Amino acid sequence: MTAGNDTIRIDNQEIPFTAGQTIMDAALAAGVYIPHLCHHPGLPPSGNCRLCMVEIGNRSVAACIAAATAGQQIRNDTPELNAARKAITQMLFVEGNHICPSCEKTGNCKLQAMAYHLGMLDDHFPQFYPHRELDASHPDILLDRSRCILCDLCVRASRDVDKKNVFAIAGRGTQAHLIVNTPTGKLVDSPMAKTDLAANICPVGAILIKEKGYEVPIGQRIYDRQTIRDIGLYEQAEEKNKE
Amino acid sequence: MESDQPAPANTRRIAIDPVTRVEGHGKITLLIDDDNHIVEARFHIVEFRGFEKFIQGRPFWEVPFFVQRLCGICPVSHQLAAAKAVDQIVGVNQLTPTATKLRRLLHFGQMLQSHALHFFHLSSPDFLFGFGSDPTKRNIAGVLEQYPEIALKGVKLRKYGQRIIEAITGKRIHGTGTVPGGMNKPFTLPERDALLADIDDILQWSQDAVALNEQIHTAHADHRDFGTLHSHYLSMIGSNGELEFYHGNLRAQSVSGDNLFAPFDYCDYQQIISEEVRSWSYLKFPYFSALGTEHGWYRVGPLARINNCAFISTPLAEAARQRFKAYGHGNLVHDTLAYHWARMIELLHCAESIQSLLHDRDITGTDLLAKKGEYQPQGIGVIEAPRGTLFHHYHVNDEGLVTRANLIVSTTSNNQAMNESVRTVANQYLDGQEITEALLNHLEVAVRAYDPCLSCATHALGKMPLQVTLQRIDGHVVHQLTKNTEGTIQSSPDDH
Repeated sequence: MTAGNDTIRIDNQEIPFTAGQTIMDAALAAGVYIPHLCHHPGLPPSGNCRLCMVEIGNRSVAACIAAATAGQQIRNDTPELNAARKAITQMLFVEGNHICPSCEKTGNCKLQAMAYHLGMLDDHFPQFYPHRELDASHPDILLDRSRCILCDLCVRASRDVDKKNVFAIAGRGTQAHLIVNTPTGKLVDSPMAKTDLAANICPVGAILIKEKGYEVPIGQRIYDRQTIRDIGLYEQAEEKNKE
Repeated sequence: MESDQPAPANTRRIAIDPVTRVEGHGKITLLIDDDNHIVEARFHIVEFRGFEKFIQGRPFWEVPFFVQRLCGICPVSHQLAAAKAVDQIVGVNQLTPTATKLRRLLHFGQMLQSHALHFFHLSSPDFLFGFGSDPTKRNIAGVLEQYPEIALKGVKLRKYGQRIIEAITGKRIHGTGTVPGGMNKPFTLPERDALLADIDDILQWSQDAVALNEQIHTAHADHRDFGTLHSHYLSMIGSNGELEFYHGNLRAQSVSGDNLFAPFDYCDYQQIISEEVRSWSYLKFPYFSALGTEHGWYRVGPLARINNCAFISTPLAEAARQRFKAYGHGNLVHDTLAYHWARMIELLHCAESIQSLLHDRDITGTDLLAKKGEYQPQGIGVIEAPRGTLFHHYHVNDEGLVTRANLIVSTTSNNQAMNESVRTVANQYLDGQEITEALLNHLEVAVRAYDPCLSCATHALGKMPLQVTLQRIDGHVVHQLTKNTEGTIQSSPDDH
């Protein structure tokens, strides 16, 4: 059971790839879901969230940044890897202030949906309860850093698609945080608009359009109707359609 | 029952901790001398929440869903009170007819389920088995065993109210629904028809509940004086003086039935009501400012509402109110245990109002949002929650973030009254007696009449220095522990 010259094998399923494709892109294109939060089709990969770690032989690699190479034998949907992914998700929860019961992103939140997908029933780790600045200075956009998971999707969307370079990640380790590239550090002084991709790509409730919360009734929110697996595959297909 | 807390010389302290069959955690302490005479009786709220503080800095549109987590029994009341405040903030004074009626239907569903819970699940065991009956049977499981018909009606009444809440908010507890200036989804014909199919049963069971309570209260002469207080009353009334839960002016009646003030706009509540902090409870003590702390306390909730309203707009509940008034010879009814009777009259009003709204064509309309107007720096939302008048008041800055919040919940308004009733019952039933569980349950019966929701009542954070004082009967302070607002604890005299 070896993969061919233009295929890789994920959990014993043979998957074609094209030169330059990552394991993530090849897998999603073939309908094989690899859990992810910081990957978004059409944006350059960053390898931040580490949820897409897969195993090739004795090595662990992030599927979103590892190039697909002919003949790779990849383990993805295994109990061990999913347990590690659940632990990572739990860490993301406790490092921020993710209070789903009152958060307006609930039901539309990828972090919450991932927790459901991985069967996460508690936080496991002690809460950090970080104090992080909330920026409501922009008339249309709210930046609540308490909920930021440092995926840097907004950084890439603003820099590479919106061409405004509004955001950056500053600091290291537990001190890492999202900053706004303006002299005041405030969003109101940036050129950001509510129609920008950066304003609409946040997987959690860190960047929100103001006064839109709770407008979608319970039962009609994204993850009331679909799983994060469905959405992950759908987003990849949509991007392909654009091409 | 004997408390670990030290008691002054020649006395012993008895604590009921926790008080059972109420929401949240409270305790009652009695200080009793060697001859079993009551020296002191207090009702304490010992849990702590802090919502007023941690809502600060949050965006205003989040508030209704944040604060509804104060409670798992009446979250709808908190959501609606906050939503009314948010409407004011976004400059909306009038919702669309459909949105108004949907909110009213939601609120009637909430009142119905909460009232059913509090009489049938929490309080009925006291009345069906007796205040001093076997405590192992004195609960809803015991009622189900011995009076299954009554218990099941209660369970089904509550379920019906929750079905209304689920249809409108998406969940039975802690759903969504309100948005600034309206509602987020229409009510569908299938949802309406499913509820209409059961409304006749609900109406009948509600009438049965009124009859049961009427019979219980009038048949027991000792219920009249049980924890009874001659108090002032505060509640919302409609534009014609009718019973009103969702929107209207506030009326305050004195103990003798005179208007203490002309009915006033609830946005002016701060001119009428002040709040006092006392060292031994996390719950504040509100009072009518003009009458002062000693004489200005009042009662809210079903008894206040039925006493204060000129009439009820639905016929069956109005007929029940007339019988209630006849019992009081046309005067205010001050009997504390009549809270339950008044509560069931309101339950019947809810059932009738739900039936009427389900037949209203507007209820399935799709025009749900009013146009926003000029934004305001503050919003005040007042509503009649199941336990009484509920005030939500928020200040917001130019960025839309809450800078200050003030919540006066129903149980807070009844705080003084609950303490007075506990003291009265202690003196009536326990003074000079050998204290038993059966006698102590009498104190809990008095508390349960108010239907207290302790968890939502303690919401201020950082404002309440706490002081515990151990005092002899002659007033000499034996020991005092003080926690200041920074959290530092001081002991005097020094422990060492």
